[in-house]
Amino acid sequence: MPEPLRPRRRLMQPSVIPGFGLAFGYMLTCLGLIVLLPLAALVARASGLGLSGIWEVATDPRVAAALKVSFGISILAALTASTFGFLVAWVLTRYDFPGRRVVDAVVDLPFALPTAVAGIALASLYAPNGLVGAQLAKLGIQAAYTPLGIYIAMVFIGLPFAVRTVQPLIVEIDREIEEASATLGADRLHTLTRVILPPLIPAVLTGFALAFARGVGEYGSIIFIAGNLPYVSEIAPLLIVIKLSEFDYKGACAIAVIMLAISFATLLAINLIQAWSRRRFGYV
Amino acid sequence: MSEAAALPRVSPQPAVATEGRPVRWVLTALAIGFLALFLVLPLITVFAQAFAKGWDAYRAAFDEPDARSAIRLTLTVAAIAVPFNLVFGVAASWAIAKFEFVGKNLLVTLIDLPFSVSPVVSGLIYVLLFGAQGLLGPWLLANDIQIIFALPGIVLATIFVTFPFVARQLIPLMQEQGNAEEEAALTLGASGWHVFRTVTLPNIRWALLYSVLLCNARAMGEFGAVAVVSGHIRGLTNTIPLHVEILYNEYNFVASFAVASVLASLALVTLVIKSGLEWRYSDELAAGARRH
Amino acid sequence: MIPFNDRTGRRARAVLATCLLAATLGAGQARAQTELLNVSYDPTRELYKELNAAFVEDWKAKTGETITVRVSHGGSGSQARTVIDGVPADVVTLGIPSDIDAIARISKKIPEDWRAKLPNAGLPYVSTVVFLVRKGNPKGIKDWGDLVKPDVAVITPNPKTSAGGRWNFLAAWGYAYERDGKSAEKANAFVGQLYKQVPVLDTGARGSTVTFAQRGLGDVLPTWENEAYLVFEEFGRDKFDVVVPPTSIYAEPPVALVDANVDKKGTRKAAEAYLQFLYSDRAQALFAKHRYRPSRPEAARKEDLAFLPEVKLFKIEDLQGSWDDIQKRNFDSGGLFDQLSKAPGR
Repeated sequence: MPEPLRPRRRLMQPSVIPGFGLAFGYMLTCLGLIVLLPLAALVARASGLGLSGIWEVATDPRVAAALKVSFGISILAALTASTFGFLVAWVLTRYDFPGRRVVDAVVDLPFALPTAVAGIALASLYAPNGLVGAQLAKLGIQAAYTPLGIYIAMVFIGLPFAVRTVQPLIVEIDREIEEASATLGADRLHTLTRVILPPLIPAVLTGFALAFARGVGEYGSIIFIAGNLPYVSEIAPLLIVIKLSEFDYKGACAIAVIMLAISFATLLAINLIQAWSRRRFGYV
Repeated sequence: MSEAAALPRVSPQPAVATEGRPVRWVLTALAIGFLALFLVLPLITVFAQAFAKGWDAYRAAFDEPDARSAIRLTLTVAAIAVPFNLVFGVAASWAIAKFEFVGKNLLVTLIDLPFSVSPVVSGLIYVLLFGAQGLLGPWLLANDIQIIFALPGIVLATIFVTFPFVARQLIPLMQEQGNAEEEAALTLGASGWHVFRTVTLPNIRWALLYSVLLCNARAMGEFGAVAVVSGHIRGLTNTIPLHVEILYNEYNFVASFAVASVLASLALVTLVIKSGLEWRYSDELAAGARRH
Repeated sequence: MIPFNDRTGRRARAVLATCLLAATLGAGQARAQTELLNVSYDPTRELYKELNAAFVEDWKAKTGETITVRVSHGGSGSQARTVIDGVPADVVTLGIPSDIDAIARISKKIPEDWRAKLPNAGLPYVSTVVFLVRKGNPKGIKDWGDLVKPDVAVITPNPKTSAGGRWNFLAAWGYAYERDGKSAEKANAFVGQLYKQVPVLDTGARGSTVTFAQRGLGDVLPTWENEAYLVFEEFGRDKFDVVVPPTSIYAEPPVALVDANVDKKGTRKAAEAYLQFLYSDRAQALFAKHRYRPSRPEAARKEDLAFLPEVKLFKIEDLQGSWDDIQKRNFDSGGLFDQLSKAPGR
């Protein structure tokens, strides 16, 4: 018999399962060395600036513009990804059509395809002499090397998050509720907006937040297709790289800390959405 | 993160509980059209460009010593980073799923953090820590240890960006499976290690494989974080994605897309195995369908 | 079977931590025979490929040793930054003197007086900025003044990250300064107008070339002379023309030894020989072959030199003072480029 673990005075509930010390210790060591220590180095470097220093960097017109580009476009892209993600999830779970399984697998492509590969592919596709870009050019639209290009890349990487968060919930919807709604005289649109959609909102929001977080931080797929023009199509992560090339560690750290705060805030928002959903609908 | 949920069969629905045929048709066309334009077309572009000048030009891209060393480096990095995250993921999910302790939610959030950190920031933090101007820089310099702009830095950055993959997949699954089986085995006198190998591991093996697959795809394809810590030394610290960028900037588009097509093929293989796993072992992959 | 308890757990942890550390240290020290690392800027990829092969051959003939020369390319500023952060470069061959100054100032790995260590102030070759235009020059671009014509789109890299970008910026400024009666104000306005007509600002000279040549954006690409000819020859003479303006800038891409690194690695002898080799007849001929302007043109082939026409070249130091001042005035945070781009004109 393994000896039972010494109870850790209310910090931990006693358990007969062994290995807590090893597993927990190993986990904490890795987490500390790989994630927390380096992040602490960043925060330490940035704290040298003080809040006022960070604010100064953040309000520098070029930095502010880059943050605005990153935020604004990733919100738009996350909205698009959520909308089409919902549509794709709905079609995949509700309608039967040939090749459904393949289409389902394709949704995860942006997870698996390296961002740099996606970047050069999107750039050559949407450039004015590319396959899609040439068609857009006829309409007088230029996609690559403009904010529109950033938007396209962000939709690309955000889509799977939007699909995969709502899809399992659509599967779970109790069909009888829909039928009951229909029997009680609601038309289909009414049933959709009043009965089906409300419980899905937390999942849609979570998908939106994930797509947003990924979009704000994305680098590889965007730099090839964005014009990288200050004030117009320069994203915040690129500005970090540029600040580094200018030996401006202070500026790079300040932008990085701002981006880190955004990541935290997004994670927090997701947790809040899920807590709210648990209270409101009884599940996540 | 990706979810391991199989696509269930579409059950026949009463007419009142679905949309009209034209609406269904339009929505399906819209969804497929969107996916084709945004996801499939870029993938096709990679292969089309790679073979734009024929098979010989494609092959030539891999005769370059720099391409070979990039492939070797990427394989080496993945061979270190993926097993590391595998062991970490199993340890973390064992500690988190099998025990109750204070501060668990915070821990899970911290493990998740690398997912939402920009890749550039992921690279930057290691430069700040290990760079010559960084916190540990002078000490490393004095002891002649090279971390960034060398293999260790690339491995660390890769581990960072793929850190949550295995843990995130296993924690909910192990939580749902509970401790009953392990406790029963322990009562019967099995040792802890034995219980892990014969009871827990078989329960999570497909989920483990699944998460390793995705972890590997990301590890081999990481660009932003690795670009910051690599130093771009040819034949030494260039991974496949960096080599793709270099070729692209050398106007060598065919070779660039040729090397990129290796990564794209890896992505396709990943998707195929992943779908296969989901289809075959959906119950053993995910903790219920309802989870994020 | 040993059951897991706290004690074994602790032991295992210690073992794992040791292994991790050992792996990290071991990988860092894996270094074998003599290997030089040349950290260079963007457009020299083709040049150093050939030049390094020549040096390896030369070194083998002279010493009997086999040597490997590795290179790294990127925007000049980014490359300098990686050296500052610890890339073990033996020599740096960058696009602009201020980047080597920065390495010297911030990391102290290069002495401040690096210019005095090599012939011709560390310049084995120089270059200038010329224009690459679409075939037939449809917009009629002949001189710098034509770049600000209303319907001309200019492709140039970001001067903050790219040396080529900085030379373009300085060349345009110098042109306007001389044209408009040495008025810095008018020169600033001219450069401001020029950058309003830039639709894409890539991070490196190479990115800009790809944008212009492969992606078909813009009407003119002011770029390194060598880069312009490379595109002209790579992408086809039927698509582009090279326009050499009557005046342009004396662009100085310097080289330097990274003293701290070579002493630590014990590669000083080879690294110094490598830099000396850049001034040899063989290397000088190679510079000309790749359309750089060799510091000793007599060593180059006549037909290569024919590609490098007489241009009235001005030195930016003569107009703006020391490199510290040039860098601060134009490109540092809050400098002229920042001020100009503060008013987005689109």
